[in-house]
Amino acid sequence: MKKAICLLAATGLMMAFTVGKVEIKVKGSDTVLPLSQKEAENYMKKNTDASITVVGGGSGIGIAALEDGSTDIAMSSRDLKVDEKMKLKDKKIKQVIVGIDALSIIVNPKNKVSQLTREQLEGIFTGAIVNWKEVGGDDDKIIVYSRESSSGTYDFMKEHVMGKKNYAATVLSLPATGAIVQSVGQTKGAIGYVGLAYLNKEVKDLAVSYDGKTFVKASIKAAKDKTYPIARPLYYFYAGDLEAKVKPYIDYVLSAEGQKTVEEVGYISVK
Amino acid sequence: MKTSFQRFIEKFVEGLLFLSGTITSFAVILIVLFLFKEGWGLFNETPVEKGSVIALNKSNPVQELTAQQIKNIFDRKITNWKEVGGNKDSIIVFSVNDISNYYSDAELGDSLQFVPQRISELMGKKTGIIAFFPTEYISKNFQGRILAMKKVTLTGFIKDKEWFPTAQPAAQLGILPLILGTLWVSLVAILIALPFGLATAVYIAEIADARVGKILKPVIELLAGIPSVVYGFFGLIVIVPLVQKTFNLPVGETGLSGSLVLAIMALPTIITISEDAIRNTPRAMKEASLALGATHWQTIYKVIVPYSISGISAATILGIGRAMGETMAVLMVTGNAAIIPHSILVPMRTIPATIAAELGESAHGGLHYKALFALGCVLFVMTLVINLTVDLISARRKYSK
Repeated sequence: MKKAICLLAATGLMMAFTVGKVEIKVKGSDTVLPLSQKEAENYMKKNTDASITVVGGGSGIGIAALEDGSTDIAMSSRDLKVDEKMKLKDKKIKQVIVGIDALSIIVNPKNKVSQLTREQLEGIFTGAIVNWKEVGGDDDKIIVYSRESSSGTYDFMKEHVMGKKNYAATVLSLPATGAIVQSVGQTKGAIGYVGLAYLNKEVKDLAVSYDGKTFVKASIKAAKDKTYPIARPLYYFYAGDLEAKVKPYIDYVLSAEGQKTVEEVGYISVK
Repeated sequence: MKTSFQRFIEKFVEGLLFLSGTITSFAVILIVLFLFKEGWGLFNETPVEKGSVIALNKSNPVQELTAQQIKNIFDRKITNWKEVGGNKDSIIVFSVNDISNYYSDAELGDSLQFVPQRISELMGKKTGIIAFFPTEYISKNFQGRILAMKKVTLTGFIKDKEWFPTAQPAAQLGILPLILGTLWVSLVAILIALPFGLATAVYIAEIADARVGKILKPVIELLAGIPSVVYGFFGLIVIVPLVQKTFNLPVGETGLSGSLVLAIMALPTIITISEDAIRNTPRAMKEASLALGATHWQTIYKVIVPYSISGISAATILGIGRAMGETMAVLMVTGNAAIIPHSILVPMRTIPATIAAELGESAHGGLHYKALFALGCVLFVMTLVINLTVDLISARRKYSK
C-alpha cells in the first residue's frame, strides 16, 4: 500500500513537471538535421521550460510525419511536391526558410577545366560525356563521384542539375561527403558535388552556368543574391493550428543569434 | 542424499545445455526463415511501386514495357514510340509535378481538387504521352489506359545488369553486377590472404623461436580487434592511392583495393585457426618423419600441412565468410559503382555494401526493402555454397589419404 502511494506521488510529481514544459518535435531532412540539433540545443539552454526533440530520416519522412501529426515541425531540403500539398491541404501548412544550402561542384586541383554549364554537368553525371577533352580539358577519363541514393543531395542533383534523369551506372558512390572530398583530392579525373561547407584546399570548385553565359562560383554571397544556381532553401513546415506552440522556437532560429548558428553549421543565413 | 542432489544438479545442467542448444538453433532457423520470407515477397511485386501507375494514351498500341524501357523513356534515351514497338510518334514524359506546366493554378483549383480531372484530360489529348502518377489521381472516367506491369522474376533479378532500386517510375532490379563484384572482391582477397596466412601460421607453429611466437601471435590477433571502419579509412587514405599509382589507373577505388583491405582483415582468422591445426599434429608423426631422414621443410609440407588440412580449410571458410560479409571497409574503398566488372582493377559494388548503404533509407515493406532482403538471401546462398564446396574438398582429401 505504501509502495502504491509512493508510486502515485512520483507519477504526480513527474506529470507536474512535464505539464510545465513545452514539447516540440522536429523531424525530417538529414541535411537540416545538424542545424536543427544545434539550434534546439541553444534554444533549450536559454528556455529551460522547453523540450525539443530533433529526429532525422529524410525530407519525405518528415513531411509524412506532419501529415499524421507525429511531428510538429517537418524539416525539409526541398519544397512540397504537388501530391504532398494535396495530402496536407486541410492542415493550413506554413513554411519558413531557415537557411540556404549551396552545392559546389568540385574537381581535382590538377584539372584544367574551371567552368561547366548545366548541360555539360547533366552529360557528365548521366554518362553521356565521359572524357574531360569533350568539355575543354585534358584527354582524361571522367571519374564521377556521388553520394549514396539515400542522401538528399543525390536527389537534389538529379532534380536540379540532371533534368530528373538517372545517374550513369558507372558513377562511384561513397557513403559520406568527407570521403568524396578525399577521393576527388587524390584522383586526377574526378568530379563530385559537396556542400559549400566542405570545400578545402585539396579540391578545386568550378564556376557553373545555367544560361551558358555567366559562370558563377559557389559562395555565400552568390547563393544569397541567387546568382549561383545550384542552391536550395532549407525549410521548416508546420501546421497552422500549432503556430502558437512552435512560433517562439522558429522566431529564435530566424533571430540574429539563430542565424549565426546557421553559418557556424556551414549553411548560408537568410538574413 | 548427497548423490541424489548431485544427480539432480547434473540433470539440471544437462537440461540447461539442451535448452541453450535448442534456443540457438531455433534462433538461427528463425532468422533464415525471416530473411527468405521478406526476400521472397519481392517476386509478388511489379517494378512500379504500389500506389503508383504508368498510363498511356488510349490509341497507343504499346501493350507492355520492361522496367529498362521505362527507365530509358523517362531518361529520354528512347524518344520515339517506334523504338519500343509503337507508332511513329514522339514520347511526351509526364509526372504529377509537371502538371503546372500544362495548367494554371486556377485550372487546378485552389485546393488542387481538379488535379485528377486535369490529368485525365491531358491523357486523352496527347497521343504520345506516358504518365506516372499515384493511383488516387485516377479520375472516374479516366481518358488514358493504365499499363499493366509484369511481376519481378527470379531470373530477371539475377540476370539483369542494372541496379537502380530507387529509379522512378520503374525500379531497375538487376543484381548480376553486385554478385560478380562480391565474388571478385572476396575471391581475390582470399587468394592474397591464404598464402600469407598459411606461411605465417607455419612460421609461428614450426619455425619461430617460442619467444618470437609469443610476441608475434598477440600482435596478429590485435588485427582482429581493429574496427572495420578504421580499416576502411586506412584503405581510402593509403591503399586506394597506392593501387592507383602502382597500376597507373584513372581511379584508385577498385575491387583490388577492397581485396587488399579484406585480405588484411581476414589474416588473423586464417593465421590463428591454421596455427592451432598445425600445432595439433601428433608429435609421433613429426618425429617419425624426421627419423626417416626427412628434413624439417619436407616434414612440414609432406606431413604437417596434409595432416592439418581440414583445420586450414576451416580457416579458409571463415576467412571467405569474413570477406564476403564485410560491409563497412568495402563500402569505403571499392567505389560502389554497380557495373559488370571485367577485371579486378575497376570500381565494384558488393552485396553487403549495397545492403548497408541502402537499407536505412528504403521504406519498410516497400519494393526496395524487399529487394534488399532478396539480396541478403542471395548472399546467404553464395556463402553456403562456398562453405559446402570447401567442406567437400577437404573431406575428399581425407579419404584419399
